[in-house]
Amino acid sequence: MAAPGRMRCMYIFNRNGVCLHYHVWYRPLTTLSPQQDQKLMFGLLFSLRSFTVKMDPTSNNKGHLGVPQLPGQGCSFHAFTTNTYKLSLLETPSGIKIVLVTDPGMGDLREALRYIYSNIYVEYVIKNPLYVPGEHFRCELFNAALDQYVKTLK
Amino acid sequence: MLAVESLQNAELFTLTYGAIVRQLLTDFEDVDEVNKQLDTMGYHIGIRLIDDFLSKSNVTRCTEFKETAEVIAKVGFKMFLGVTATVANWDADGTECSLILDDNPLVDYVELPETCQGLYYCNVLCGVIRGALEMVSMRTEVKWVRDVLHGDDTFEMRLKLLKQVPEEYPYKDDE
Repeated sequence: MAAPGRMRCMYIFNRNGVCLHYHVWYRPLTTLSPQQDQKLMFGLLFSLRSFTVKMDPTSNNKGHLGVPQLPGQGCSFHAFTTNTYKLSLLETPSGIKIVLVTDPGMGDLREALRYIYSNIYVEYVIKNPLYVPGEHFRCELFNAALDQYVKTLK
Repeated sequence: MLAVESLQNAELFTLTYGAIVRQLLTDFEDVDEVNKQLDTMGYHIGIRLIDDFLSKSNVTRCTEFKETAEVIAKVGFKMFLGVTATVANWDADGTECSLILDDNPLVDYVELPETCQGLYYCNVLCGVIRGALEMVSMRTEVKWVRDVLHGDDTFEMRLKLLKQVPEEYPYKDDE
């Protein structure tokens, strides 16, 4: 199976840990069930955030590890890279977390994630009158717009 | 050309809102019930509006209530209603303030009849703010204290922060 471009998969979570959307482009190995996989991903993001806030050398926060954060409080991590993939994250003050897993050579995806949030998620999901916030969604227009957009990413 | 278009859109919005309120009055007949319905409608709008707002305004932080009130008044109202509000009358703790609207596009052409004197015509705005703030971890109470349609000289809503609810780990540890 030829790897189509650099994209591997994408998750969108809300603040309650509900996986609103999971999109996969190329994922040769999956060992967990979707629910376990999504829960693991959310847990990872949550823990990494707590960890990065605690380890921030520029801040003097005295809270213990795992203190719940307010939107925008403390520092926020936006990506990590391993030898086989790169994970990029956008976290909005409304608790929406968009995670993009790509090939490790991918550049900085912060602008791309903002574009996906503003022009694809808000336009096709939030503005869709049939969508119930807080639930998993499946929207053809969203998928089409997303596929179209990621083709332009290098 | 653009000014005419935006005037037409604003008028359409005002008239549509008026039609909704009239329909609610017909359906529910009781003014208090309509007030509640408008607030609930506003809440459902607010929980969606917040993402639209955040995507257009590049706001990344929502930790200080004072800052948030200013952002609602200057950026939020401007973005969605085309007018700005003023923040005033802070209490000692900094948890309660007023948003004062000198210009309110929702009430253009509106006069309340005798039978609807208890109606808070713009109650939808209270719900919108409450819904939007809830999505950014702030639980609030929003209500009108001065209303031009009731004879006051301006529109004033009272915004009270009840609690800030930071993000907790949502899963139980049993799995």
